Amino acid sequence: MLEIKDLHAAINGKEILKGIDLTVRPGEIHALMGLNGAGKSTLSNVLVGHPAYEVTRGSVTFNGKDLLALSPEERSHEGLFLSFQQPVEIPGVSMVNFMRAALNAKRKYQGLEPMSAGDFLKLMREKRRIVELDSKLANRSVNEGFSGGEKKRNEIFQMAVLEPLFSILDETDSGLDVDALRIVAEGFNKLRTPETSALVITHYQRLLDYLRPDFVHVLIGGRIVRSGGPELATEIENRGFDWIKAGIPEE
Amino acid sequence: MNSEQQYIDLYDRYGEVIASHSPALLNGLRRQAYEDFRRLKFPTRKSERYRYSDVPAAFAPDYGLNLKRLDIPVNPYDVFTCDVPNLSTSLYFVVNDAFYDKARPAAPLPQGVMVCSLREAAEKCPDLLQAHYGRLAPTGEDALTALNTMLVQDGLFIYVPKNTVLERAVQVVNILRSDVDLMVNRRVLVVVEEGAQARILFCDHAADDRAFLATQVVEAFVGENARLELYELEETHVKNHRFSNLYARQAAYSTTVFAGFTLHNGFTRNRTDIVLAGRGAETSLYGCVIADQEQHVDNNTLIDHQAPDSHSTELYKYVLDDRATGAFAGRVLVRAGAQGVTSQESNANLCATKEARMYTQPMLEIYADDVKCSHGSTVGQLDEQALFYMRQRGIAPEEARTLLKFAFVAQVLDVLKLDALRDRLHYLVEKRFRGELGKCEGCKFRK
Ligand SMILES: Nc1ncnc2c1ncn2[C@@H]1O[C@H](COP(=O)(O)OP(=O)(O)OP(=O)(O)O)[C@@H](O)[C@H]1O
Ligand SMILES: [Mg+2]
Repeated sequence: MLEIKDLHAAINGKEILKGIDLTVRPGEIHALMGLNGAGKSTLSNVLVGHPAYEVTRGSVTFNGKDLLALSPEERSHEGLFLSFQQPVEIPGVSMVNFMRAALNAKRKYQGLEPMSAGDFLKLMREKRRIVELDSKLANRSVNEGFSGGEKKRNEIFQMAVLEPLFSILDETDSGLDVDALRIVAEGFNKLRTPETSALVITHYQRLLDYLRPDFVHVLIGGRIVRSGGPELATEIENRGFDWIKAGIPEE
Repeated sequence: MNSEQQYIDLYDRYGEVIASHSPALLNGLRRQAYEDFRRLKFPTRKSERYRYSDVPAAFAPDYGLNLKRLDIPVNPYDVFTCDVPNLSTSLYFVVNDAFYDKARPAAPLPQGVMVCSLREAAEKCPDLLQAHYGRLAPTGEDALTALNTMLVQDGLFIYVPKNTVLERAVQVVNILRSDVDLMVNRRVLVVVEEGAQARILFCDHAADDRAFLATQVVEAFVGENARLELYELEETHVKNHRFSNLYARQAAYSTTVFAGFTLHNGFTRNRTDIVLAGRGAETSLYGCVIADQEQHVDNNTLIDHQAPDSHSTELYKYVLDDRATGAFAGRVLVRAGAQGVTSQESNANLCATKEARMYTQPMLEIYADDVKCSHGSTVGQLDEQALFYMRQRGIAPEEARTLLKFAFVAQVLDVLKLDALRDRLHYLVEKRFRGELGKCEGCKFRK
């Protein structure tokens, strides 16, 4: 599904990703862990085509397509979704108009007619239930005045509406209280199918307990320095990163 | 040759012709206006209230005038193709400067209310006209008001007598119509007497692909406890030059809303002067400007708090694209002795390109001590983070920009109390941002 090969990327001329190799198959969940500033969000942003990042080397294939050649909106239509570490507030643009624009853009890309107003509202209601998003929030401007946790819940709500094939969750767990984390994680699990996969960026074991990743990777200094099964996350939770860092040869 | 010379020459040569085709009452102020215009000359950018608009350049070309008032063939319903039956308003047309009296609304107006030409008013109620015409618009102070008063031949009169409430909004569609480039001088007089209420909507259209130079002077008298809402919607084209001077005077405890929407234009300069003369008078002044290409929109306002406990709110929003230029200069003046005044002034602007230019100058001058006033302005760009967020969700950049621009101006649209107009504007503004705005659409709104 997703194949990243020797990916190098820079921002403002500073190289952050220094050769990432990663393959994700349909149905798999991969966790990505690593120190602050390691480049995890950079990788997410590069995958979804943020214009501030420059890919200096390497390739990314997504379901057989050259992902890096696609515009951000095409990547979205192809099924790529990013739950942002810091979701943006858009005052004056209502959640309803925003989601309708997003959904209908995707439908247009798929050669479908725009969804009728009735069907759309029904869909919104149904998806809201998956993450127990307050209807009051759904009627407000996008993320405006939402609490940190509400913003994260709203990201997964949007994911539920857009039904992506590949989701990147960039620290979706941070900011969620214990109950909210459970609701959002269970919501995410309900959305899973054998065809969908995800890259889950987190600093904590708790989210992974719900999502049960197939693989865990550790990103340090712009490279994946270690990969393993779920037990790697437990080990990091207990021992931190020092023992991994100790094994990396100096540059 | 100076820009003003051709207008002086015109008056010297055709003063008689102008006068002989006008109601006598309009001729009374003409000579003085002529003297004032000669003395004042067109304001240059050095003049405080005309810093941002090059007036002499706009008046330099030689436009034709229809001084003999030849009938210009027009069927407003042709021009106004999007007209539909069951409009919620009482609909009138003004073609160039002339009230079109072949099409009046079927539903009768309440007793005593008048919506007619100045010519007709001069015949039917000369005293009323005499008492108001030219009383608010001083020719000695603004050359454009002087020029308009010097050349004007007819116009519109709206009169709402004491304690009369106009349930239906009065909608006046101004149509610029000509087969040659044309100068038009339009005059509007609005009198809303004590305890009366009226809502008026002006829609400006240019029906022909000609260069137009239109001056307009509006005088609005608002009596004690009266309420006036006056909306202006400009939907002309890039070859149109609009110079509008609006003067309003409010008696005690009167309320007004003045809102101007520039949806499509060429060169627009609006002057709005509101005098809060009576205790407790209140005004809300709103403006919404959407401009692109080389369009120019300059709003210059004065709110003069002469009386205690008077209140004002002012909000102008601009969205400028391409190489458009916008200007907002808003002066709020609180006179000595005007205690208990509250005033809020704000101007927020969005420049969608690096080439778009916005000049903003909110001014607050206070000579009383017990007042609550605030003013501020901002100029910003489209939020890049928000744009990317939307693109990640699959929304194309153009659509994302439209959503952001729309969100920005929605705040001004939503202050409108006239629901039908508000809904209509939502629709029009969205179309405008999508570049799909056709002619004449603005006037079609239903309850
Ligand atoms: N605009 C920028 N200019 C220069 N450096 C930047 C810029 N944006 C990010 N960086 C740097 O890139 C590096 C990687 O940042 P990134 O956000 O990818 O880290 P992260 O692994 O997601 O960290 P965290 O766990 O704190 O979220 C950091 O050192 C950061 O300071
Ligand atoms: Mg990060």
